[in-house]
Amino acid sequence: MTTALVSIRGVSKRYTRGKQTVEVLSHLDLDIASGDFLALMGPSGSGKTTLLNLIGGLDQPSGGEIRVNDQRIDTLSSGALARWRARHVGFVFQFYNLLPVLSAEANVELPLLLTDLSKAQRKKNVAAALAVVGLSDRATHKPNELSGGQQQRVAIARALVGDPTLLVCDEPTGDLDRKTADEVLTLLQDLNRNYGKTIIMVTHDAKAAEFATHRLQMDKGALVAGEAA
Amino acid sequence: MRYLPLVWASLFHKKTRLILTLLSLTAAFMLFGLLQAVSVLFSSGADFVGANRLITQARVSFTQPLPLALLPRIEAIPGVARVAYSQFFGGIYIEERNFFPQFAVDPERLLDAYPEWVLPDDQRQAFISTKTGAIVGRKLVEKYGFKIGDKIPLKSFIFTKKDGTRAWEWEVVGIFDGKDEDWAGRSNLMYLNYGHFDEARQFGQGGAGVYIIRVADPNESERIANEVDRQFENSPDETKTQTEKDWNLSFARQIGDIGLIVTAILGAVFFTILLVTGNTMSQAVRERIPEFAVLKTLGFSDGKVTALVLAEAFALCLIGGLIGMTLAVGAAKVVSGLLNGSPVVVQPVVWIQAFATMVGLAVAVGIFPALRARRLQIVDALAGR
Ligand SMILES: Nc1ncnc2c1ncn2[C@@H]1O[C@H](COP(=O)(O)OP(=O)(O)OP(=O)(O)O)[C@@H](O)[C@H]1O
Ligand SMILES: [Mg+2]
Repeated sequence: MTTALVSIRGVSKRYTRGKQTVEVLSHLDLDIASGDFLALMGPSGSGKTTLLNLIGGLDQPSGGEIRVNDQRIDTLSSGALARWRARHVGFVFQFYNLLPVLSAEANVELPLLLTDLSKAQRKKNVAAALAVVGLSDRATHKPNELSGGQQQRVAIARALVGDPTLLVCDEPTGDLDRKTADEVLTLLQDLNRNYGKTIIMVTHDAKAAEFATHRLQMDKGALVAGEAA
Repeated sequence: MRYLPLVWASLFHKKTRLILTLLSLTAAFMLFGLLQAVSVLFSSGADFVGANRLITQARVSFTQPLPLALLPRIEAIPGVARVAYSQFFGGIYIEERNFFPQFAVDPERLLDAYPEWVLPDDQRQAFISTKTGAIVGRKLVEKYGFKIGDKIPLKSFIFTKKDGTRAWEWEVVGIFDGKDEDWAGRSNLMYLNYGHFDEARQFGQGGAGVYIIRVADPNESERIANEVDRQFENSPDETKTQTEKDWNLSFARQIGDIGLIVTAILGAVFFTILLVTGNTMSQAVRERIPEFAVLKTLGFSDGKVTALVLAEAFALCLIGGLIGMTLAVGAAKVVSGLLNGSPVVVQPVVWIQAFATMVGLAVAVGIFPALRARRLQIVDALAGR
């Protein structure tokens, strides 16, 4: 299993509220191979977002080990984890989470501000990322001048622009109609097939999951079924 | 530098609120610049640099007259070029709202002491030789249309004539002008011949309110001022000698401790501005918690997020502060005009105080929102917790 890009061993996540402790994830094992497009499904509250946040390095597990590219990320300090995210992970959220005051291109440029790329180089990479998502002609538009589907494509461009190891998407089509959702999913599929991006996507929608190469079911903090890699 | 567009765009997150906050900051700093400039002017200690004229008054109060007998003793002091004396007349021209200052003076001495006033030689001679003569400044001529030969009735609220009335009449024998624009602006006054004034008044003969001393060398003015006051120390007529500028300011000083008033006003203003700007900043950050969470998701460190919020506070305070101070410079010019030649300028020290205030304000209003953005937990903020 050393070929796995993401390797999760005995991971638990507990939240303590007052005197009550809830175990959201319990002793979970999971491997995700490089080049996978994995759809995580399951009922609301089953811990999908929690797991995704752990893989993306937004949160730390209460126990267990998480390795990405053979690097332990569960032991990193929050500063080191921030640097790790900047280099290795692209995030896509249900509600796009673009900065409303910035144009599409400025939003896409944000992750590059943390690199030492020159202004010209940043501009080139931003243009390339916007071209991949098919929004070159909307570069100067603000988010409120774009449709939901377009905003999500800008968000995908932002996730891509730093050429991350991993794309992490939490219900990326949850706020979109069928047709727009399919366009976004086709884009993700294209990124997986033709650009070799490893994608982990949480979705409620069985049709969306069809676009993935693998599907996993979660329930009550555990993986219950599916075709693991 | 690469973060500047981000900081700039964030400022404009809520335009109306930004503009209102900037207006408040601008108003506050304009007031700050102007009041500090005035305060610095008033609190400046005795400054003899470049002073070529001194004013000697009775030590107790300028309302207390000094006897003319002091004149030869002042004149005898080395370095004194010319000594004039002057008595405030306090006359009303027809109605009370027509107030302008008049002074009873020895014509020759006064015009020698004030070479800044220009008038034709024949008029100067007429002023010297006409006992009931008076000369009026150009600004008064423009306002009231006085002409040579006019008899101007003045009702003095200080001096009664020997016949028991307060109705005086003075004949215009000359019109004087300022040598430059500045002095022309101050020419809203009138000089009366002391000869007739002293003869006709019921009381106070042989006295004058102040002596005006023109010194030969401005570098000597401090020594001469001290020398004059030492001459009359422990006599019934103790004196206080100041530069003309300080003497003018001493009128305003009598209103009260200007520095304290200014500090109190500015204290209130900046307390308000602290609340206004502080509220703007904390709202600006509270509304954008999800955005800061996104920045952190993308890999912005806690330190960077803190710096971004502080930078926003600095930008806000600097923009408002600089506009306000620029307006203060303009306002100071206007006030200088009103104060009749006491130059109110926004000195470098006031600029330094203003910058220190901007920085202090930015830190004060930025620090708590910045810490809030720093502390936020990504997963909680993204989930709206
Ligand atoms: N910070 C927290 N404090 C307490 N409980 C939490 C916290 N974060 C998550 N939980 C709980 O953990 C459980 C799993 O949450 P999670 O968001 O992972 O579910 P999910 O599968 O993504 O659900 P959904 O499909 O509704 O998004 C839920 O019961 C939630 O209430
Ligand atoms: Mg979820």
